[in-house]
Amino acid sequence: MLSWLKMLSMDSRLRGNDEVTINKQETTMSKEWPLWEVFIRSQHGLAHKHVGSLHAPDAAMAVNNARDVYTRRNEGVSIWVVKAADIVASSPGDKDALFEPSNSKVYRHPTFFPMPEEVKNL
Amino acid sequence: MYAQLVETGLKKVQTDADMSAEEQAFQARIDAGIRIEPKDWMPDAYRKTLVRQISQHAHSEIVGQLPEGNWVTRAPTLKRKAILLAKIQDEAGHGLYLYSAAETLGVSRDELLEALHAGKAKYSSIFNYPTLSWADIGAIGWLVDGSAIINQIPLCRCSYGPYARAMIRVCKEESFHARQGYDIMMKLAQGSPEQKAMAQDALNRWWWPSLMMFGPSDAESVNSAQSSKWRIKLFSNDELRQRMVDQTVPQAEFLGLSVPDPDLKWNEERGSYDFGEIDWSEFNNVLKGNGPCNRERLRTRVTAWEEGAWFREALVAHADKQAAKEAAA
Repeated sequence: MLSWLKMLSMDSRLRGNDEVTINKQETTMSKEWPLWEVFIRSQHGLAHKHVGSLHAPDAAMAVNNARDVYTRRNEGVSIWVVKAADIVASSPGDKDALFEPSNSKVYRHPTFFPMPEEVKNL
Repeated sequence: MYAQLVETGLKKVQTDADMSAEEQAFQARIDAGIRIEPKDWMPDAYRKTLVRQISQHAHSEIVGQLPEGNWVTRAPTLKRKAILLAKIQDEAGHGLYLYSAAETLGVSRDELLEALHAGKAKYSSIFNYPTLSWADIGAIGWLVDGSAIINQIPLCRCSYGPYARAMIRVCKEESFHARQGYDIMMKLAQGSPEQKAMAQDALNRWWWPSLMMFGPSDAESVNSAQSSKWRIKLFSNDELRQRMVDQTVPQAEFLGLSVPDPDLKWNEERGSYDFGEIDWSEFNNVLKGNGPCNRERLRTRVTAWEEGAWFREALVAHADKQAAKEAAA
């Protein structure tokens, strides 16, 4: 700690008034911004992928902020933002019942039907 | 780490006897390695522990921008300035991913920021130290982000889905931070005698605080044990700290700099470095609010929030105005 204190005395910006009077007036926003879910399609991608969420006051700000937060490394060429409130999702609790019908229909996959080797183009 | 000494609110690690049927079922899912998602049932203590941990982590990212922001106008080259700005932008992004993850647990951004600004919420001890030279920027990227990576990689496998996924994204970006720091250190260490001395001085000041980041030994900690049981915490503070030392000492040797620890010694039997005693009184003092920069950090954040109010309000006013126009049309 002592080496820090010695150094501090050399940095004039830190010699200022240490008293913090936290002004309690506005620590809450007057109106909460809606939550948006962000979907990005990459340059080589076919579909938009969900990458995360953010709060923004309107759609234009949501797209701009999504660009700043989620595409800093060339992740995408297209951004969708959707209000989280507009998304309807299946319930995790219903997972088993909802997806059960496809469990027993393995004949929907081509691999269910072995073809003779001599037969081409099937 | 970024989240230190996280309270679970429990006095002892919960055994089957302590848990309700619901809690036992939940624990069984944890033990089976099933990811817990926002809409799943979870014990109140699990939820609260995660809110504390994730929000502390988020606050750390945001406050962590400040020590580095100090040197943006004084970076030695335009390229290094642009790179430092990119790192700071990343920290803002990391804060956002983490606030978003915390919000899935039923808290609002307002509540979290209110707690930070009122001095009620914690952030990592490390960000209460000042950056006194350009070499500090190198030391921070190398040692602080380096330590963060060691802590965050296991978190990618933690039991809470949104936190784990946020960590995966963060880890991808964090590697650039560590390299950026080491790149600065290399340039300085291989430069003039004055530059090398500046690098050594930065290492001298950031080494011990970086080791303290991992938190005190938690062999006796109920909070750590319960967090482990919930698979939030996968390794002990001591294990992670040892990992950091073992990885970093060879890096310092390559730079030709000396680690400021006379007790640092390779232990052939353990296959690890033995290192000196940490002064935990300094750590506790910093957490209490008496570190070199605690008050300045908080004051800066509160000022930024208050002075930005007009902008946030204008955005809302504009949005409302546009919406009203559309409704009328």
